[in-house]
Amino acid sequence: MDFGPHLMLAAIEGAVAAAVLALTALGLSLVFGVMRVVNVAHGEFFMLGAVLAWAVAHLVPGPAWAGYLAALVLAPLLVGLLAAAADWVVLKRVQYDPERTIVATIGLLYILQQATLMAYGPEARPVAAPFDARIALPWPEWGPEGLVLTWPWGLGTTAWKLVVIAAAALLVALVFVLVQRSRAGLVMRATQFDRETAQAFGIPVARVFALTFALGAALAAIGGVLVVPIQQAHYLMGGDPLLLSFIVVIIGGLGSLRGTVVAAILIGMSDGIVSVFFSPTLAKILATLLVAFVLIFRPQGLYGTRAA
Amino acid sequence: MLRIEGIDAYHGRAQALHGVSLEARPGEILCIMGRNGAGKTTLLKAVMGLVAVPAGRIRLGEVTLSDLPAHEVPRHGIGYVPQGRRLFAELTVAENLAIGLMTRGHGAATRERVLTLFPRLRERLDQRAGTLSGGEQQMLAVGRALCLEPSVLLLDEPTEGLQPSMIGLIQDVARQMRAQGVAVVLVEQRLEAVLALADRVAFLETGRLRSVIPAEALRERPDLAATYAGVG
Repeated sequence: MDFGPHLMLAAIEGAVAAAVLALTALGLSLVFGVMRVVNVAHGEFFMLGAVLAWAVAHLVPGPAWAGYLAALVLAPLLVGLLAAAADWVVLKRVQYDPERTIVATIGLLYILQQATLMAYGPEARPVAAPFDARIALPWPEWGPEGLVLTWPWGLGTTAWKLVVIAAAALLVALVFVLVQRSRAGLVMRATQFDRETAQAFGIPVARVFALTFALGAALAAIGGVLVVPIQQAHYLMGGDPLLLSFIVVIIGGLGSLRGTVVAAILIGMSDGIVSVFFSPTLAKILATLLVAFVLIFRPQGLYGTRAA
Repeated sequence: MLRIEGIDAYHGRAQALHGVSLEARPGEILCIMGRNGAGKTTLLKAVMGLVAVPAGRIRLGEVTLSDLPAHEVPRHGIGYVPQGRRLFAELTVAENLAIGLMTRGHGAATRERVLTLFPRLRERLDQRAGTLSGGEQQMLAVGRALCLEPSVLLLDEPTEGLQPSMIGLIQDVARQMRAQGVAVVLVEQRLEAVLALADRVAFLETGRLRSVIPAEALRERPDLAATYAGVG
């Protein structure tokens, strides 16, 4: 295959990675922005989304799409409830102290990971996509008769990947509307800026924190559900999304949702393209190097504000 | 009536209030004076539930505020203007007011009343609070508290760092609230402001209530402020 079509295929892979990463990192950024909690267990919520998707898809009888749709609703809901419970039982007890919450979420990471290993096992298990269509993609070429569309052999993708990109874009837009335009978002932003004053105006900060932690976890879980027809569910699959989400949140600017999405597109696309042309390891090395440069030359990230 | 009954409160591990008892009556301005560190701000925070009250209690009518979680205190009609304004700086003026209106008040009618009191805020509704001038920020801080339609209004040094015209405006609002039957509790260090507004004056010294006197007595003998609390 020529370089152009090959690059196009790599870009689609990158867009899928960027879409899932944007959702996952948005959850991490939301939790850090509102609660000032660095959630080291965030990748496990992604993993739980995928594993629960497998479980729900297998429990629901009927066609594959019915099981998958049920998983798309139930898995984020269950993960959100679990996260709210973890907030109540663990994070609230350590009073959201930044250092202690890091240690607490490391503990949570291992509890979730090992509990999944015991209940689900070490196997990687596939979940069927709701539909199995393959789309051939056109490639524009200049010929004697001007611009013509050709259909190079091998230039195509599954329709599911395009659905993942569209669904993630829609969900990211919904999160922005929720945070910037809704009453709940206003409460979250007020809590983010000054939790003591927020309480003095009737905002139940403990409830806001629980809901924010649940929402952040549910976003990661949706990422897991969307990706599981492509990637398979495995109890150790939370590591990469956690690392990439941290990279994205640092590059975008801690707590900046806009920066998170921009950085997710940047890192996701480069991860996808470099992985296709070279290797996934090189992609991770480049992303980590980029974080190092950002921390040295622009520590507040692309859209973050410098601390006073 | 707001009744503070023998409360203790702590600032970290240090005891900031020792058995303080006070009452704020509807339709009066109670000024609280004292040096830095006397416990004035802690006293207001204790009323708001923002610091724990391990001994004593705080009541508003039949409700024991000190038994409630902090976020339920404003629902009973306590408006609070914190020291240093503590606006939500990244939110717009309209959003800051909306936060005030969420808990109590009568929505658009209350908002309109606040904007009539502070017409400057109406011109700045879409502006971020952090970009307002100091005086406008104080208007917003007071306006946000008034959005709760409070029966008790706690003001923590609301004229600190303001120019005279703005001080006059804030004082006028305090008088209007008093005229409407609101109990106004004003923490103030400047004697002239206290003399201009107060009906009664409470003096705090190192967390203990030294004395509560009618403002008239202080107007006749301003040196009492130095006698009771080392201020003035």
